[in-house]
Amino acid sequence: MAGHGLPDWALIAYLASGVLFILALRGLSSPTSSRAGNRYGMAGMAIAVVTTLVTQISAAPTAGELTALGKIVAAIAIGAVIGLVIARRIQMTAMPQLVAAFHSLVGLAAVLVAAAAMLSPAAFGIVGADGLIAGVTRVEMALGTAIGAITFSGSIIAFAKLNGSMSGAPILLPARHWINLALLLAIFFFMFGFWHSQAPIDFWLVTGLAFLLGFLLIVPIGGADMPVVVSMLNSYSGWAAAAMGFTLHNTAMVITGALVGSSGAILSYIMCRAMNRSFVSVIAGGFGTENGAGGEGTKVDRPWKRGSAEDAAFLMKEAEQVIIIPGYGMAVAQAQHVLREMADLLKKEGVRVKYAIHPVAGRMPGHMNVLLAEANVPYDEVFELEDINGEFAQTDVAFIIGANDVVNPAAKTDKASPIYGMPVFDVDKAKTIMFIKRSMGGVGYAGVDNEVFYRDQTMMLLADAKKMVEDIVKALQH
Amino acid sequence: MDFIAILSIFVLACFVGYYVVWSVTPALHTPLMAVTNAISSVIVVGALIAGAASAGLSSWLGLAAIVLASINIFGGFAVTARMLAMFKRKGR
Repeated sequence: MAGHGLPDWALIAYLASGVLFILALRGLSSPTSSRAGNRYGMAGMAIAVVTTLVTQISAAPTAGELTALGKIVAAIAIGAVIGLVIARRIQMTAMPQLVAAFHSLVGLAAVLVAAAAMLSPAAFGIVGADGLIAGVTRVEMALGTAIGAITFSGSIIAFAKLNGSMSGAPILLPARHWINLALLLAIFFFMFGFWHSQAPIDFWLVTGLAFLLGFLLIVPIGGADMPVVVSMLNSYSGWAAAAMGFTLHNTAMVITGALVGSSGAILSYIMCRAMNRSFVSVIAGGFGTENGAGGEGTKVDRPWKRGSAEDAAFLMKEAEQVIIIPGYGMAVAQAQHVLREMADLLKKEGVRVKYAIHPVAGRMPGHMNVLLAEANVPYDEVFELEDINGEFAQTDVAFIIGANDVVNPAAKTDKASPIYGMPVFDVDKAKTIMFIKRSMGGVGYAGVDNEVFYRDQTMMLLADAKKMVEDIVKALQH
Repeated sequence: MDFIAILSIFVLACFVGYYVVWSVTPALHTPLMAVTNAISSVIVVGALIAGAASAGLSSWLGLAAIVLASINIFGGFAVTARMLAMFKRKGR
């Protein structure tokens, strides 16, 4: 019996597992403590699983219980094998897709658990003396299935967009806000119905409509906003777990749900702030259309300087400090390893090399840090925007690779620009700016021209990012 | 446990979450998401109850949820460990 009928030791064990989850997140305050933190998380999960099994299966198990236990162990084994294989094989560039896919699993699991609890409430110990589920519990489980279903279908769309299985361009239905509002109201209506009569049909309608809503909510959101969406779905998966924790009166689930829910909410906030977008405008969707929000008419032929790999190598060798600003384009070109080689050669020449990371440099919060760590860049050479932005005035070379919008001064000066107000790197204060770009034609995610291309101190290095850095490495070795 | 007791735990845990997550270094935000993914699969507790105690449709729903949550638990912790192992200091 869950919740009410549990022995004290089990309640304390669930509490302990909740505390271990708090410590797991706490460990992430620094890379040195993070690995221990991850182990706390694993221990917390093991305690929760074992406690549940011990309370569910009696000391002298019946044949039926043993069969059930066998099926459970098999189910865990299947999941473990799939999970471990995925975790081992996944490329770090594909981490956003993986996280989105994992969110969808949490969402679907919440729906399944809510459905199982609705069908066999006695097994979960949630029936009252009248043989019915308590009213407040009905609301909790309806909320659990609704949030779970939205998380599931929303994450599937986010996965497809991040994975390139579907276009990153927003798909805009006419009157989509009204459709979504109507769906939301319908979900609340049937939730009310389920609270009122505990009719299974209401539960299934809530679930089905929530699946549809999750799908419609994410489809209009463009690829550029996916970091926010992934964080938001992270938050939803937490709230779904919390709602199920309320349903089953389980402390570990409630604590975890609250932790994950706030974590995702904070990350969404950080991402929105980094793009100077309001959360509402992200959710409303439509940003980052294929033909650009402001690009037209701004293109004029202006003089710019082209440099070669040899010029770049020479200038950087003479520099005292070089700041590298990587963007997602660097990861797409798989240039991170050769970039680190370049930095190593420069360090041998006595150059101070630092990396500057914009919060939206990757495709999800902290993505670029992981990609650099994978290329063996020491984390104490990597700095966040606000920690390094004051240093450009004392920097000889700002080396921009695969980034564009995050160094665009229009964000500071041009009120009409779609990226106005977004915090950007003050690269124009550096003595020399090197800008690796495939051609002069392309523009960033936001579809705006960049003043930095035409500055006196800018040297455009037009080539594939990986090829260009390889050439610079060759030139440095001579 | 009554509703108010659970609600109290929830509200306090939200505050704990708020302060703990703000103290996470931005460099580790991707591992943070991977590990929160893994721990939110504590929903497996509900799946285990369904799988262990009931028969028929709900036990199969429970077993399916156990598979999904286990993918997440094992995959999530393993991929987090893999990422964290990459973060090294200067002069390794």
